[in-house]
Amino acid sequence: MADKPKRITDLGSPDYKKFLPPVIAKNYGKWKYHEQLSKGTMKHVSETGDELYTVRIATPRLVSTDYIREMCDISEKYSGGYLRWTTRHNIEFFPAKDQMDALVADLKKRGHLVGGIGYGISNVVHTQGWIHCHTPATDASGVVKAVMDELHEYFTTKSLPARVRIALACCLNMCGAVHCSDIAILGIHRLPPKVNEATLANQCEIPTTIASCPTGAISPNPATKTVKIKAERCMYCGNCYTMCPSLPIADGAGDGISIYVGGKVSNARGPARMSKLVIPFLPNNPPRWPEVVKAVKHLVEVYAKDAKKHERMGEWIERIGWERFFKVTGIPFTYQHIDDFTFARDTFRMTPTFKWE
Amino acid sequence: MSKDVKTPMLDDLEKGAWPSFVKEIKTAAKKSNTAHDLLGILERSYRDKVTHWKHGGIVGVLGYGGGVIGRYCDLPEEFPGVAHFHTVRINPPSGFYYTSKAMKELCDIWDKYGSGLTNLHGSTGDMVWLGTQTDKLEPIFAEITAKGWDLGGSGSCLRTPSSCVGKSRCEFSNIDTMDICHTLTHKFQDELHRPAFPYKFKIKVSGCANDCTAAVARADMSIIGTWRDNIRIDQAEVKNYASKMNIAEEIVGMCPTKCMSFDGGALKINDKDCNRCMHCINQMPKALRPGKEQGATIMLGGKAPIVTGALMSWVIVPFMKLEAPYDNLEDLIRKLWEWWDEHGKNRERIGELVDRMGMRSMLESTGLPPVPQMVKQPRTNPYVFWAPGEVQ
Repeated sequence: MADKPKRITDLGSPDYKKFLPPVIAKNYGKWKYHEQLSKGTMKHVSETGDELYTVRIATPRLVSTDYIREMCDISEKYSGGYLRWTTRHNIEFFPAKDQMDALVADLKKRGHLVGGIGYGISNVVHTQGWIHCHTPATDASGVVKAVMDELHEYFTTKSLPARVRIALACCLNMCGAVHCSDIAILGIHRLPPKVNEATLANQCEIPTTIASCPTGAISPNPATKTVKIKAERCMYCGNCYTMCPSLPIADGAGDGISIYVGGKVSNARGPARMSKLVIPFLPNNPPRWPEVVKAVKHLVEVYAKDAKKHERMGEWIERIGWERFFKVTGIPFTYQHIDDFTFARDTFRMTPTFKWE
Repeated sequence: MSKDVKTPMLDDLEKGAWPSFVKEIKTAAKKSNTAHDLLGILERSYRDKVTHWKHGGIVGVLGYGGGVIGRYCDLPEEFPGVAHFHTVRINPPSGFYYTSKAMKELCDIWDKYGSGLTNLHGSTGDMVWLGTQTDKLEPIFAEITAKGWDLGGSGSCLRTPSSCVGKSRCEFSNIDTMDICHTLTHKFQDELHRPAFPYKFKIKVSGCANDCTAAVARADMSIIGTWRDNIRIDQAEVKNYASKMNIAEEIVGMCPTKCMSFDGGALKINDKDCNRCMHCINQMPKALRPGKEQGATIMLGGKAPIVTGALMSWVIVPFMKLEAPYDNLEDLIRKLWEWWDEHGKNRERIGELVDRMGMRSMLESTGLPPVPQMVKQPRTNPYVFWAPGEVQ
């Protein structure tokens, strides 16, 4: 075994300093201000007088190694071989000032979308969906592609009153933690899990399966040595399926998409807040999810028309009130909109003061 | 590899202006059977409207309890290329800056052993390599570590910490987010690679209250930069902004604490009333900057809905100075983990444990004092616990 190299472990993240463009390494902690130059470009100025130019493009999040190599080649040509990914799946290049226009032109010529900065729609944060996940109620990449094919101009050219952050999670596990987004697209199930009597006893631990249910809907079934599910208590979170593969919950007709709005993580003007349910269900209609695309576009357009400058979607809704929101969007208000889970009473209104039309 | 299957639904998603993930899968499919069969099985999901992936098995590399997600499809005879479709999580550098040389080296490794498809980045912030087989995991691990890379976290462990760009490019940042993220990742290598917690634990670091990493929503521990002294004002630049925007309406009028006034000449801020929300600084970065007494607010408990409902993190330390090597922060995190390990049930996030046990239990065991910044308001109910000794 003498020729076997020593096994290396616990290296952790590589040192970020190795990957910083020289102008960033030199001015680290010294940045003074920035200016947005266009929807896809900005300039940062340092106390030393140095300038940093950034050009941003959208990616589809799921990319091939050939795509990454193309980005690397572009970075070598214009950006000193340095590039950066943003937390919303965009790529940024750092060209010298006199290279910026050529870089933007080259990116556009290659078919990339330059944009995503400032008041508009940046890239959509999303999850894996049918590409890789075992619990999804919808696909992720396909819905995002369909929605952004319709809204891409808000990334590249069109402005909105403020940032509109769209995020998608394909089930209630919410790997995407979409619950503080201006528009959250969330995959949901609507039917209780089915008990696979043949496999459950061998595949699952019954006490942990029962304990996994937040509403106490699961109880032992001594007759079959499996479990029973009280359907009226189930709110289809799928947590039991995570613990027990013999409780499949996915259903082609039952599954679909719900839409929540008005959340944000920024504290500017008012605190970060959660998104609220506005559309309880839209069907899964691959490959283009037309109902979802239409609904999201409609929400963006009504907001764009009615909100004041700097108002995020949630701030706009709080100003006009929920009753007016449902009126101006034409979205019907249903039983599903009224909370009946843990924190429900916090959401009930306790005043007789309304803005009547 | 399956025979060539028709993928009419996916083909439709090659059209349109937005970058297409289908185009990416097809690019990878030219070189990889795994990517080729991913197309087939994904088209089947588009037709059936359900996933074709099964629960993961336990796969990984020697000595680690995480970093690889086992994945198998339910149609292995039809799509043998994705019979195994494991995911490898690679811990990225803080701030997601890369050199083309390093990226190309990683691409070469991934092409050799996997589908050639990746997510940049996954929800927690790892570089996600999608689609490989069990026997490739050790060779992948040997090659990435030889180039200075390591796996990220998965399972009931510390997940890969993540940060915003911080001081590398942002003048708003009150803390060195990238260095904090990097340092914590290295301090906690054992907790990251060898799951020993009740459930997952996520750390995200944002440099200011704009919270570009969404730490408040997406992390059990949210570290958010702030300052305590006065906003720095450049009145000459205020004048320049006055010619481009309506300061009275857009800045003063939208200030949530009404702590500012503008008479057409100078902008006045009553910093005692300012709550450091960032609105005015966001709009006038050339004229206004955070103060110089900088640090972070430490918040706890953020998570997605499973099991008891989605939570946003809440304040446990209103202001903490954060200077390398951040031993004060490490100390607090270790105390929190100790309390959670002691009391947490299987698959109970730390925020849910605070809900179940109460803030007092957590505060007493970490030594944090109760302060008014922790609450929106004091309690309104009379159901108050008194500890033995508090009643004389």
